Amino acid sequence: MAAALIGAVEAGLIFGVMALGVYLSFRVLNFPDLTVDGSFVTGAALASILVVYGVSPWTANLAAFVAGATAGLITGVLHAWGKINPLLSGILMMIALYSINLRIMGRPNIPLLHQRTMWTDLAPWTERLQTVVPGADHLIVLFVLGLMVLAMKLILDWFLKTEIGLAVRATGDSPRMVRSFSGDTRRFIVLGLAVSNAYVAFAGALMAQYGGFADIGMGIGMIVVGLASVIIGETLFRQTSLHRLTAAVIAGAVLYRIIIALALRARFLETGDVKLITALIVILALVLPEWRGGRKMTKAKPASRILRPLPSEGGEVGASPGGRLQDL
Amino acid sequence: MLRLVGVSKIYNAGTSDEKAALKGIDLDVREGELVTIIGSNGAGKSTLLNVIAGTITPDEGHIVLDGTDITDWPEHRRSRWIARVFQDPAAGTAPNMTIEENLALALARDGRRTFRRGVTDERRQAFRERVRQLGIGLENRLGVKVGALSGGERQALALLMATLCRPKLLLLDEHTAALDPKRAAWVSELTVGLIRELKLTALMVTHNMKQAIEMGDRLIMMDEGEVILTYEGEAKRSLTVERLLQSFERVRGSMLDTDRAVLA
Repeated sequence: MAAALIGAVEAGLIFGVMALGVYLSFRVLNFPDLTVDGSFVTGAALASILVVYGVSPWTANLAAFVAGATAGLITGVLHAWGKINPLLSGILMMIALYSINLRIMGRPNIPLLHQRTMWTDLAPWTERLQTVVPGADHLIVLFVLGLMVLAMKLILDWFLKTEIGLAVRATGDSPRMVRSFSGDTRRFIVLGLAVSNAYVAFAGALMAQYGGFADIGMGIGMIVVGLASVIIGETLFRQTSLHRLTAAVIAGAVLYRIIIALALRARFLETGDVKLITALIVILALVLPEWRGGRKMTKAKPASRILRPLPSEGGEVGASPGGRLQDL
Repeated sequence: MLRLVGVSKIYNAGTSDEKAALKGIDLDVREGELVTIIGSNGAGKSTLLNVIAGTITPDEGHIVLDGTDITDWPEHRRSRWIARVFQDPAAGTAPNMTIEENLALALARDGRRTFRRGVTDERRQAFRERVRQLGIGLENRLGVKVGALSGGERQALALLMATLCRPKLLLLDEHTAALDPKRAAWVSELTVGLIRELKLTALMVTHNMKQAIEMGDRLIMMDEGEVILTYEGEAKRSLTVERLLQSFERVRGSMLDTDRAVLA
């Protein structure tokens, strides 16, 4: 049981990195980006094949990060310049990445059992530590993963506080405002999606080395896992400041894995049921607050946008005289 | 300062819904001038502002700002020079970001955004001083999200943000229309104060005829995509709402549709 829980926390930390990426696209940019299902595998595939070819696993992680950024960039360009709807842009990229991922891997599955990975690199340390603290092998994995996730979180926090980061956030919040302050919202969407998918692919690379394989199907439903983590984190911790929200998202991912680990202990459930359970968690998280009359899980719209249809960009043509509310 | 030459815009051209929103508008706005624009619903006031801001590309004509033809410039490029306050308080500010973050965003009107920290202590100090001028205590709430402010507070902040870096031209698109009369009057007062202080050139669209008559150096009235009346100088000073309505009838041969145009 304890081992299962430690395993769940470790996997949760890796999923935390991915959830940070999903948080950036879904919440910050307000862009439901489905590229994630593909870019997670891209990260895993590229890191695995590089490791197999003898490249340093740390370089492989970096390569996965860059590959994810490229995938996000293309999704962003499809939407911002190609004027394709956000959902469709992501789906198109996801499906294109399936073929690309297969090409990268050359086969549907790459085992990493006897390869040099991040973890084999850390083995000497683990052994030394184990002579002092028995059972430290799992602890060092936890420690290293924790440090990496913390670093990724701090980098994201920093990014979102820079002048460019502020513009990315405002693009998801009030695009008209950004354009009225010399901001090209298209660029900020592309940049945001690039960073988002870089995080997702990086998580994929970590997952491949942690799990000991890359598989063409390992990304299926990743977006829902990410969303589940974001929603669990937001709901349970109810934070509003940025650095606490990113922490909550990581905690949400860890909790998600723990919930799954516990659920799988039930005798009537099988490993294959994980995705069904994930979908149920998200559905419950979306529906329950509605029943309780609490905060809606979809991004809260300002009352003005719900109560009053915005005049179309075309000006006054469609504006109704009765639609004018006093003091919003 | 701003010159519009033969600017036309037709919506849904070639369909049964075809509507000429702007019909060959010529307009010359002088440096430091405040022009108020009135007209009933569908007169083309907002389209005019959108064409100047770059949200809408005109079918014909040219827009020249300070000697530069900006007709083909996208919105985000024009906004280096042109500031805007929208009617919708949600449009001019980012609700999920704090007051100081909104102000930091407004500070980058030159379009130069870097990977440096957006809100520094130094900037925060400057924001505090600037926001204090509003006199509503926002200087003590710089870390509060803008979404928590009332509509009036948000419009005041939007106005401050729009003028944080002095623009060549300020566009006000019925920016007090969504507020109750008291707050609308307060925001109007702020507007006039800021325009005077910074010697801004501004175009203000309003539904409020009285306000349009009282404020500004020139009043233009639009109807069906055309400028039908212009008052300035002595003619504007002696103008009243009744006279304006009479003139409209004389020019158009019909009564002004007053359900949208606020008379009082």
